[in-house]
Amino acid sequence: MTSPVVDTVNLVKIYQDGEVPVPAVRGVDLRVEAGEFVAVMGPSGSGKSTLIHMIGGLEARTSGEIWLDGQRADMLKESAWALLRRRKIGFVFQFFNLVANMTVADNVELPALLAGVSAKEARRRREHLLGELGLTARADAAPAQLAGGEQQRVALARALANKPSLLLADEPTGNLDSRNTRDVLRLLGEVHREGQAIVLVTHDARVASLADRVVSLLDGQIVDDGGAGLARRRPRGGAGDVIELRG
Amino acid sequence: MRPMLLALLAKEPAHGYELKQALEQIFGSAYPSPNIGQIYVTLGRLEKDGLVRVVDVEQSNRPNKKVYYLTAAGREALEGWVDEPTEGPRVRDEFFMKLVLAPMTGIADRMAMINRQRRHYLGLMRDLNELAGQTDRDNRAALLLVEGAMLHLQADLDWLERCQEELS
Repeated sequence: MTSPVVDTVNLVKIYQDGEVPVPAVRGVDLRVEAGEFVAVMGPSGSGKSTLIHMIGGLEARTSGEIWLDGQRADMLKESAWALLRRRKIGFVFQFFNLVANMTVADNVELPALLAGVSAKEARRRREHLLGELGLTARADAAPAQLAGGEQQRVALARALANKPSLLLADEPTGNLDSRNTRDVLRLLGEVHREGQAIVLVTHDARVASLADRVVSLLDGQIVDDGGAGLARRRPRGGAGDVIELRG
Repeated sequence: MRPMLLALLAKEPAHGYELKQALEQIFGSAYPSPNIGQIYVTLGRLEKDGLVRVVDVEQSNRPNKKVYYLTAAGREALEGWVDEPTEGPRVRDEFFMKLVLAPMTGIADRMAMINRQRRHYLGLMRDLNELAGQTDRDNRAALLLVEGAMLHLQADLDWLERCQEELS
């Protein structure tokens, strides 16, 4: 039996606001198996972003454990975390974090090159990802020349350049119109089929509905975990009825 | 269905089966196809109200075909329908009634109800994703209908989240 890709044990994050401790994540046990697609939902302030940042090593935990691929990660030093991220994790930030003085193409190729992939392979992968996301024509642009939705898709392409075994994404469709969301959903489906695990924070029900499991957070705690597949009881039939009811 | 049939007949006279096919073609599988019986019942009522008339067209080797066409009163009714603003969605959500009332009786836990409902909505969303995937890319009316249903469902989920924050 292989280790889970992610396993958090009683994970806690408390921010300090002056003298006042503000708990953001209050004892989360989250286990994600290899190749699993998990969506994290919940109101703003429920701790979703903090949770995914901790899993990605971008914020230090207050207490608890984080295991990645069977390896204890929360005790790692910053540099060791960075190495682990480069090898195994792709991260899509809510605010993109693209390198401003590099072209779109170079932004996307960089993580693969850093991980030691050949220039030719990095280029092939970049062309595929930008093509899937409708960004081929923007390859030579600078990030600042792009609209928000384009930057967001570049950030996704960059996160996937390395074929990470774990994709972490914070609201990856937050700035997209519905056509671009469709491209992103298609790409996520492909990534999932290829066996990469996905953990993403989202408000977008179209994205969440594709996940194997939906984890709901409220006040820093898990209040629901969709388990294997969603309940799909349809007393009145299929999607056509939604339209009829609302239409 | 009445105004939809009037609109189709304003384009050209048609028999019942042609109207059914036209509805299916325009709205795709996103719109539940009416059965032919419903269409004939509706046409009968429209005829009684003087909004359509029917003529028998003789066919060789087959029974006569009933072709419907729009009357002047029918056109007026159609114009009235088109000109009038349409009611928006009204919130009289059955789940919300359950959510407010059921815990008062002690027979249900709100958190469990909300979680169950969320999963149900997400299952519906998954169906809509599939429906969008199966719909012909060129059928913009059908795709927009599916997208509209998705946006309503998203609003329902956002509302559910608000309920969870406020009531639990």
